[in-house]
Formats: sequence, C-alpha cells, structure tokens
Amino acid sequence: MNKDSIVLTYDVPGDDFTRAGEASSNLKSYLKQMGVPPEIVRKVAIAMYEGEINMVIHAGGGEIEVVISPEEINMKLTDHGPGIEDIELAMQAGYSTAPDNIRNLGFGAGMGLPNMKKYTDELKIDSTVGVGTTVTMKVKIQ
Amino acid sequence: MTIEEIRQILGARYIVGEEWGHREVHSACGSDMMSDVLAFMKDQSVLLTGLCNLQVIRTCEMMDIICVVLVRGKQPDEAMIQMAKEKGITILSTGHRMFSACGMLYEKGLRGGPDYK
Repeated sequence: MNKDSIVLTYDVPGDDFTRAGEASSNLKSYLKQMGVPPEIVRKVAIAMYEGEINMVIHAGGGEIEVVISPEEINMKLTDHGPGIEDIELAMQAGYSTAPDNIRNLGFGAGMGLPNMKKYTDELKIDSTVGVGTTVTMKVKIQ
Repeated sequence: MTIEEIRQILGARYIVGEEWGHREVHSACGSDMMSDVLAFMKDQSVLLTGLCNLQVIRTCEMMDIICVVLVRGKQPDEAMIQMAKEKGITILSTGHRMFSACGMLYEKGLRGGPDYK
C-alpha cells in the first residue's frame, strides 16, 4: 500500500433498509472535501451505493474497506451472505433475485452489478455459496 | 430550465427548497426504479418519480440530482424532508401522473439524457 494512502472502514447494518447508503454518503462527502474531481466522486459514490444496497438486500449487511491513494480509489465490500451461484448470470442487466418487497422500494431491477461495472475501471467478484461474497472495485483518479 | 419554471409548468408545490428555485436543470429522468436512475449519469438533473422513500433522496445525493418531483400527489415523510434539506435537494409535489408530468416538461424543451448503452 502507498504510504500516502488513506483507509476508511464501514460496517453496513443488514437489518435496516432505510439506513442503506450511509457509508456511500460518508465516502462521497470525504472525497469531495479531499478535492477529488466531481465526476470521479460520482462514479465511486454510485458504484459503492449499489454495492451497499446489495449487501443489505441479499446478505444481511457486511463490511466495506476503502483505500484512497493519489492515483486510485479501491473499494472492498465483504459480506457473509448466501453467495452468488452464477456470477455471469448475476452480471446480466435485468437479472435479479431480489424479492418483490425490494422492487417496491425501488431496487431489484437487475441493474446493480451492471452499474457497478459501468462506473468502475475494475470489478472483481469472489463468491462462495453458503459462505459469502467479496466485491472489489477500482476507480482511477488520473 | 429552472426549478421554479418546473414548478410552474407542473402546478407543483415546494415541500423542500423553495430557496433553490433559481437553480438550473439541464436534463430529466422519470423512473420508479432507482437502479435505472443510477444507470444514467448527468449533471444537474431533475428526477420525476412515484417512489417515495429515503432511498430516493440517497439516489439523488449520489447522482448530484438537484430536484425531485414526486408525481401523483405523493407526500414525503419527515425523514425524507430532513435528508433533502441536509443535502440541498429540492422536493416538489405535483398531482399529475408520471406520463403527463414528463410530457409537460418535454413539451417545454427539457430533455432526457443519452440512451442507455
């Protein structure tokens, strides 16, 4: 890790949908204050927000670690949920396993992972069924 | 188009942020699905939606959307109002349905973003 890196960690509670997004909101304010260009801030905020929502909907919450260096922002989202059986299928726009009550809340359109891919320079998903999922995302600053 | 012009066109009322009525809006998006909104990245937009929960304001915050129009006369709860105030997001409420509200703004020259790719 670069000596100029900053590490931020967040606990994402899994039982309260209304609180989903607090970590992303905090990160967004932090990056803005650091003077990161607005379009980069927005990409990071959207990707992390989608990830955070996923953790709450599917996995009962989890932990997020964000490492900010002068060159790039790395986000690592770890949960201990049910895991993803077929990652390729989950990546398809429009595919979702979210229940109807989540759709009524405005999510579960099957756009979460495609959006995370769209707004980041790198997206990696490691998942084991019954154990959990780790999503790592990188957004380059320059 | 300014937020105040949108309010007039839709016969809407301010719930939060009358003081930000002079702000310019460059594009619009109409959806009840927040992930669809998050797929569309555009500065200084307005969101028209029939969804009325805290994640609407969160979505606007992430996207730098400066104004939400709640259609079909939806009323936000206190938590939504508080968060919108904190984040500097105007909330308007109109009795028009989604299709009509979008059409009225389009007719006056407001446009959506580029097609989703």
